[in-house]
Amino acid sequence: MSATKKRVPKGRLLPLYETMVLIRQTEIQLSKLFADGEIPGSVHLCIGQEAVAAGIMSVLRPQDTITSTHRGHGHVIAKGIDLGRFFKEVMGRAGGMCSGRGGSMHVADPSVGLLGANGIVGGGITIALGSALAHQVRRTGGIAVAIFGDGAQAEGVLHESLNIASLWRLPLLFVCENNRWAEFSPTSKHFAADLGELARAFGLAFARVDGNDAEAVARETETAAANLREGGKPYVLECVTLRVRGHYEGDPQKYRDLKELSGLEADDPIARAAEVLRALPDGETELRAVEERVALRVAEAVRQAKDDPLPDFQQALQDVYTGVRGA
Amino acid sequence: MAETRFGRAINQAIAECMEEDSSVIVIGEDVGAAEGPFKVTRGLLNKFGSQRVFDTPISEAAIVGASVGAALGGLKPVVEIMFMDFVTLAMDALVNQAAKQRFMSGGQCSIPIVVRTPHGAGLSAGAQHSQCLEAWLAHVPGLKVVCPSNPPDAYSLFKAAVADPDPVIFVENKTLYAMAGELAVGGDADAIGRARVARPGRDVTVVSYGASVHTSLAAAQSLQGAGIEAEVIDLRSLQPWDKEMVFASVARTHRVVIVHEAVRAFGVGAEIAASIGEDLFDELDAQIVRVGAPFMPVPFAKSLEAQYIPGVDAVTAGIRKAMV
Repeated sequence: MSATKKRVPKGRLLPLYETMVLIRQTEIQLSKLFADGEIPGSVHLCIGQEAVAAGIMSVLRPQDTITSTHRGHGHVIAKGIDLGRFFKEVMGRAGGMCSGRGGSMHVADPSVGLLGANGIVGGGITIALGSALAHQVRRTGGIAVAIFGDGAQAEGVLHESLNIASLWRLPLLFVCENNRWAEFSPTSKHFAADLGELARAFGLAFARVDGNDAEAVARETETAAANLREGGKPYVLECVTLRVRGHYEGDPQKYRDLKELSGLEADDPIARAAEVLRALPDGETELRAVEERVALRVAEAVRQAKDDPLPDFQQALQDVYTGVRGA
Repeated sequence: MAETRFGRAINQAIAECMEEDSSVIVIGEDVGAAEGPFKVTRGLLNKFGSQRVFDTPISEAAIVGASVGAALGGLKPVVEIMFMDFVTLAMDALVNQAAKQRFMSGGQCSIPIVVRTPHGAGLSAGAQHSQCLEAWLAHVPGLKVVCPSNPPDAYSLFKAAVADPDPVIFVENKTLYAMAGELAVGGDADAIGRARVARPGRDVTVVSYGASVHTSLAAAQSLQGAGIEAEVIDLRSLQPWDKEMVFASVARTHRVVIVHEAVRAFGVGAEIAASIGEDLFDELDAQIVRVGAPFMPVPFAKSLEAQYIPGVDAVTAGIRKAMV
């Protein structure tokens, strides 16, 4: 994919850039923390895919709801979760927004419209479907966004959800973040159809966009969201990007042709945005200011997370049910 | 007071919940225009309209998953899974999503959904429309499971299930739909987790739920002449189950039989038997007895099915075994 060489106003691209840098620096920190043994379990980083998260979330309103994936750090950060509590959560600390019970794959914060990342491929799609139904029934004016990876295209729930969303004309935006790898296999080995044709088969609107172009993602999302808010039919947006890291941190990626990973700098969404911004008046100064501001934010979040206590087991046991416990 | 049939009692409870709370919606296959395969949702679409009662495509996974999302959006979905056998298609939504949202989110949210589903053999519906799979769901932390045996309990448990902030699986035995009984006004708000004594007795405790309660009562009745007074406890709620009432009864009778229509192996009875064995061992005067279906799929032929379902004779034999 090549950059769309459009003149974009700095006023729009700069915040997108800042969000992308925030996601990137967070992911780099998480990679280090994981290597240092500060993060239990596994983490799935979205380095190289930041433009999708930044572009989509720049358009959404606070009452709009999203569901995300196991590779969801970018989405949840861009949706506006508290960064300190995010680091605490991923590190399994008491002060995490999920009290250390969710972790990287299950970050959730309904107060900002984040109905959860999800450890089940395709698991968030039907939740977004139901959220869209709630928006419609309760006339909130909000829309729901189901973010899923290309691997989820082979899950039955996607097809069930496309069908129901169309039948009920729900305010639902399906976003396929196509990073061209479904865990350890290329998408071509997982999905025989074309998402655009699939969307059209269900009578839904469809657009495919360069997922490494934050401005283009934002523009397409804007069109989709405006349509949905006016009662238009559900929308499917495919953002084509590329997974830079392994499926999980530490994945040696022996199944991957290294040629695919060389020369990525040119298509890096952050580098591409920086190139545009640098050419604008005071561009260089602004970029440096963003880098510094974000670095301080991330460093402070990491510091807080490292100092945070471990979660309490008895308290966790109390939250299996809202009221009386089961037996 | 007039008598109400089991299916009608649930229907009335749904309608009342929908009247009392505009966030309650009904969602499922053929629950609207067709009024449900067992007519439990009769009249609801007409009364509440298509923004409260949703006829869905045949997509169990999406229906239950969407209910989780709708619940997060402030609605209280009452979902119908047409036959309990079809929960297999919605297991991710139930087990990985609905059951875990509260816990995984650190208590930030609850999922107030009620999943109604008919179970049980007796209609020659075959192996894919007759199973009692409640033990699977009772095994999952985060889910509650109830199974009423009569109209007033169905009414009370349903209202309690809708009022409950957590996901409740509401299991309806198909053979009970036509049973008539008197409803208590307003129902019993604390019904979940509380059993009831269906028949008092001093000699042996029979623990059961759903349609098997009636088989147990018939067996208890038949043994009266032989001088055996069996106490029958109707669990009503399987997860959580009323340990206190069951233990108190067993501590008095010192003998216990657990009866259910579900396959005996790895069933609800196994959990109850193990709990009694662990905590009440010194009180027991005899082995714990379980009566349940044999380890086989539910057969189709009426003659085979009749032998499959644990009947009065099987329960009577079980009680006699516990009386040795």
